[in-house]
Amino acid sequence: MANSSDTIPQFRKSGGGDGQSVSLTNLSAFSGGIGVKSMAEVLAILAVAVVIVGGVEASLRLFEVPHYIMPPPSAIFRALVTEFPLIAPHLGHTLVELFAGFAIGASVGLVLAAVVTQFPFAEKVIAPYILLLVTTPMLALVPLLILRFGFGYEPRIIAVALASGPMVMINSATGFRRVDSAKIALARSYGASTLQIFWKIRAPMALPMILVGLMIGAIFGLLTAVGAEMVGGGFGLGNRLTTYSSMIQMPQFFAVVLILSILGILIYTTFFLIGKKWASWET
Amino acid sequence: MNAVDGTTPKLVVQDATKVYATASGDLKALDRCSLHVNANEIVSIVGPSGCGKTTLLWSMSGLHGLTSGQVTLDGRRIDGPHPDIGIVFQEANLLPWRDLDANIRFPFEIKGQKPDRAWIDHLLHRVGLDGFGGKFPRELSGGMQQRAAIVRALSLKPQVLLMDEPFGALDTFTREDMNRLVEEIWLDSPTTIVFITHSIEEAIFLSDRVVVLSGRPGRVASVYPVPFARPRSLEIMATKEVFDLTNAIKMEIVGKRTSLKSAPAEPERVD
Ligand SMILES: Nc1ncnc2c1ncn2[C@@H]1O[C@H](COP(=O)(O)OP(=O)(O)OP(=O)(O)O)[C@@H](O)[C@H]1O
Ligand SMILES: [Mg+2]
Repeated sequence: MANSSDTIPQFRKSGGGDGQSVSLTNLSAFSGGIGVKSMAEVLAILAVAVVIVGGVEASLRLFEVPHYIMPPPSAIFRALVTEFPLIAPHLGHTLVELFAGFAIGASVGLVLAAVVTQFPFAEKVIAPYILLLVTTPMLALVPLLILRFGFGYEPRIIAVALASGPMVMINSATGFRRVDSAKIALARSYGASTLQIFWKIRAPMALPMILVGLMIGAIFGLLTAVGAEMVGGGFGLGNRLTTYSSMIQMPQFFAVVLILSILGILIYTTFFLIGKKWASWET
Repeated sequence: MNAVDGTTPKLVVQDATKVYATASGDLKALDRCSLHVNANEIVSIVGPSGCGKTTLLWSMSGLHGLTSGQVTLDGRRIDGPHPDIGIVFQEANLLPWRDLDANIRFPFEIKGQKPDRAWIDHLLHRVGLDGFGGKFPRELSGGMQQRAAIVRALSLKPQVLLMDEPFGALDTFTREDMNRLVEEIWLDSPTTIVFITHSIEEAIFLSDRVVVLSGRPGRVASVYPVPFARPRSLEIMATKEVFDLTNAIKMEIVGKRTSLKSAPAEPERVD
């Protein structure tokens, strides 16, 4: 067997002993954040929203700020309702790009992370390239992709996949690297195969970090989809942003911004809830 | 080995030597370490920290190989994890994402066997954990986690139980509770137990023999028989014999480190 089987776990004399703690993002994303607990908290959050929205509305009216500089919230909400039938198809296009690109990027990223962490040498070799992919804004490639693939879905889906994949990969790899030799030894003592160790020990241990990666990847994907739409092609929420701003239709512009924030919050909440259900043992 | 009384030992360690290859060169953790454990005997292994106790236990369990020497169970060489050997690890080593029931089901899932529900329920009841099946490890106290780990190890009815400082992280009272539990379980259904510990009191309370390892590389320095009847009541544990034995072992371990004069009591020497 590989020399990893020789590793005797170092135990601490105190503490829970549930493996090492996760770095960087940790799971603060899952432990704190929007974990709303009581009615009082909900009311307080709503009260703050009312105060802010009301305050903005009142001061914009008081100082008679023109709509093309900053429309009041009431105008934005009105635009959201009246323009929604026109915006909806564009929302659909953005979602298609996001789902398709994220599905491709996340699957590839996840599989790569799982495979590559099994081979420390391969991991060391490809690590700088993954880092390059993570740090390079994939938006920069969109003009090139458009040249090659035209103004359809393809360049955007590719950009989303390129943006989300490395995020999923780098976080999942952190998860898969958290080998707890005591738990692996436990499985081996019952005669577990490499595959069983992967599914029953490594994968569940990596799950919290995988979820963090999926969440960040999805949000990066949304960012990239909208950015790519702003670069070229006649459809998508990003295209609406450039169109409305060029036509100085600010209420409509902010209605789209509002939709994008809601999308972002939905992504966050989805993964937060999945994490709470399946990875709450971590916290 | 025990040719005199006609029994063959259950588990035999012969000239176990283990060298770890580390970044800073070879590290010899065990050096020609030999000992045997008879069937249904409880043998404790004590020794200074880092002397190779866990290394020895992992070799006995087949979790890793030896550089030279061998371990045999019933005369057959151990060269990998063995179904008749159960391990209780240092700290409970439960899987935190599984509740207690699922943790105890884990070995059966790996082996593709159906859990023996009646036996597991009996064990859970035995250690006072019935009704806790749906709890997650983080919801259980250290003592409860360790009891769950013992149930997990016993659920497969191993012939040999290897325990690596199972109660090292517990407070004294919980630890004494757990010691009594191990004794009770053993009186219920005797098994062969190898018990690694830092606590000489614990070693004497539980074992038929106490093996003292020397500092690294680990070798068997001496073996002390513990001839007291079981169950070992508080009265027995308070006798002068126990006191003297405790001191003798303590002196041997501490004495080696601080080069004080050697222990007064005469251990049974091993060569
Ligand atoms: N995988 C490994 N690679 C290199 N050295 C190791 C490895 N495992 C253990 N060692 C070293 O071998 C020696 C014996 O380790 P071992 O864990 O067996 O000691 P121990 O008696 O169980 O210690 P403790 O009482 O602290 O649990 C130590 O010096 C340790 O650092
Ligand atoms: Mg140890």
